[in-house]
Amino acid sequence: MREITLSQAVNEALAEEMRRDPTVFILGEDVAEAGTPFKVLSGLVEEFGTSRVIDTPISEPGFVGMAVGAAMTGARPVVDLMFGDFIYLVMDQLCNQAAKQHYMSGGKLTVPMVLRTNLGATRRSAAQHSQSLQALVAHIPGLKVALPSSAYEAKGLMKTAIRDNNPVVIFEDKLMYQDKAPVPEEEYLIPFGVANVKREGRDITLIATSSMVQVAEKAAALLAQEGIEAEVIDPRTIVPLDEKTLLDSVKKTSRAIVIDEGHQSYGVTAEIASRLNEKAFYHLDAPVVRMGAMDVPVPFSPALEDLTVPTPEAVAAKARSLCAGEMTDAA
Amino acid sequence: MAKPKTNTEDYLRMYAQMVRIRTFEDNANQLYLSAKMPGLTHMYSGEEAVAVGICEALTDSDRITSTHRGHGHCVAKGAEFKAMFCELLGKAEGYCRGKGGSMHIADQSHGNLGANAIVGGSMGIATGSALRAKLLGQDDVTVCFFGDGATAQGLMYEVMNMAALWKLPVIYACENNGYSEYTKTEEIAAGSIIARAEAFGIEAHQVDGQDVLAVNELTQKLVARARKGEGPFFMELMTYRYHGHHVGDINREYYRSKSEEKDWKDNRDPIIRFRAFLVEQGIATEAEIEAMNAEIEKDAAEAVAYAEKAPYPPAHEVDMHVYAE
Repeated sequence: MREITLSQAVNEALAEEMRRDPTVFILGEDVAEAGTPFKVLSGLVEEFGTSRVIDTPISEPGFVGMAVGAAMTGARPVVDLMFGDFIYLVMDQLCNQAAKQHYMSGGKLTVPMVLRTNLGATRRSAAQHSQSLQALVAHIPGLKVALPSSAYEAKGLMKTAIRDNNPVVIFEDKLMYQDKAPVPEEEYLIPFGVANVKREGRDITLIATSSMVQVAEKAAALLAQEGIEAEVIDPRTIVPLDEKTLLDSVKKTSRAIVIDEGHQSYGVTAEIASRLNEKAFYHLDAPVVRMGAMDVPVPFSPALEDLTVPTPEAVAAKARSLCAGEMTDAA
Repeated sequence: MAKPKTNTEDYLRMYAQMVRIRTFEDNANQLYLSAKMPGLTHMYSGEEAVAVGICEALTDSDRITSTHRGHGHCVAKGAEFKAMFCELLGKAEGYCRGKGGSMHIADQSHGNLGANAIVGGSMGIATGSALRAKLLGQDDVTVCFFGDGATAQGLMYEVMNMAALWKLPVIYACENNGYSEYTKTEEIAAGSIIARAEAFGIEAHQVDGQDVLAVNELTQKLVARARKGEGPFFMELMTYRYHGHHVGDINREYYRSKSEEKDWKDNRDPIIRFRAFLVEQGIATEAEIEAMNAEIEKDAAEAVAYAEKAPYPPAHEVDMHVYAE
């Protein structure tokens, strides 16, 4: 199978959906000729023109609000939010407006829009361009949240997101834009709420999202050298969450670590760990452990920044200790 | 009053719509005072000529966005009393199945994109609706209702900038009722409100919001031009709210005097003014007008009685409509 980058995969998904459906359009800062600072959208304006690939002023609440209105009246906007950190700027439009229209109207209005943005530290971009804020939006009923972990997921989830009749937030790992993965030439969609078992194992389950899937896979490879077989699962969407696949795995392995690049406290890892505790407690041989980013603003200095995110070595060490029946530190 | 139109039916409908709004609000206030209505509500009484003058210039395919003070917009855009009172009381037959209530009330089938309880929160939605019209080659116009208080929100300037850049078919309708909640507008708004729109190159008009014909005539012209791609436009409608910020805001002399309220009610009431005009022009007699009023009051009383007896939504609906299929 051919291999393409995550960036190309997103670009292909958008182009295919824009060809298929004339109501799909892109709105955001420097999306047209510039193709975004990450060049993810390069070439789309040439095919679809500036009426469907629309450069906006630097007015995040304004253009996200406009996407909500366009979606409520028959279009399918894909909003480009240059950095995930800018979600704080658009919280009212996303969480008070987009997320609640369907419910507040008793099901009469719908908001089929996609907000594509990114996450991930270790790009030396400091505290306001490095955050992983998926927990913030996953907390809000009415929003769906997709976290692609490779080019394959990025394409299939984007196409599903565009066809979904709800507001969907997709976080791409900005360090992964140039990473290649096998992506079929023929059309495919990845349904929401279906986790992907990336690697099977019987000793411990590593549930990892987005940027952390690679970390978990590397940890699993390290553990395999010592005879510990880790199962690696990528939920792919955290809202909706494929609880069954996660529970089935944990019931089999009886141990789990949940890894996500958002801050550890009150985060995605805590939510998933809590569900496993509530629904698989009597199958567990060890506490479910969370591994998120440290609870500090992301520092600039590489010497400090690299300490803040889970690494394969740290995940392997924690897994080793759980499998050995050692007590884990209280958080 | 502005110069007369020739269509008697239009005039009578505009009058009836204004009275329907006032009557709806009088009943809503009674429901609140008698503790039959959950929560609270924001009365539109006094501002009827704004909603009616504007919505009578729109078709069903034109969209509006409304505010926390949204009953007037809802009636003016074509809603029925029964489903409105049901919504107010949280009943299943309400326009939003009881999930929205007073602050989110809307008859979506007539192009009302919802009442919004975040001040200024719908400005992006209205402008986005206009962007959709332009993108898809549709000829509808969107009117964004908001109060003077919302002119303090940054979102307004972001979306007016884009609407002007892209010539979107949106009309910003600022209902200036003189008060931003409990604070005089002059204390929260520096300079001129219409000058702010003009700074973006948006044609802006200030109009007497108590004169339904003046509002209607201006809106008709602006809507026709917006349909031809000459938008956006901005209107500042000078009006007054008779009640407090909400129904519980009863003792309000610390921010505005009773004599000021009396002056607006006695001398500038949009319904009294238009009624006098209809009689003076021979369009309707006092008796015909009284009959219309009585008919509307009867409709409202029946709708209230219906809503009071109507069932609440069943418990299983609590987690319905979180996500669309």
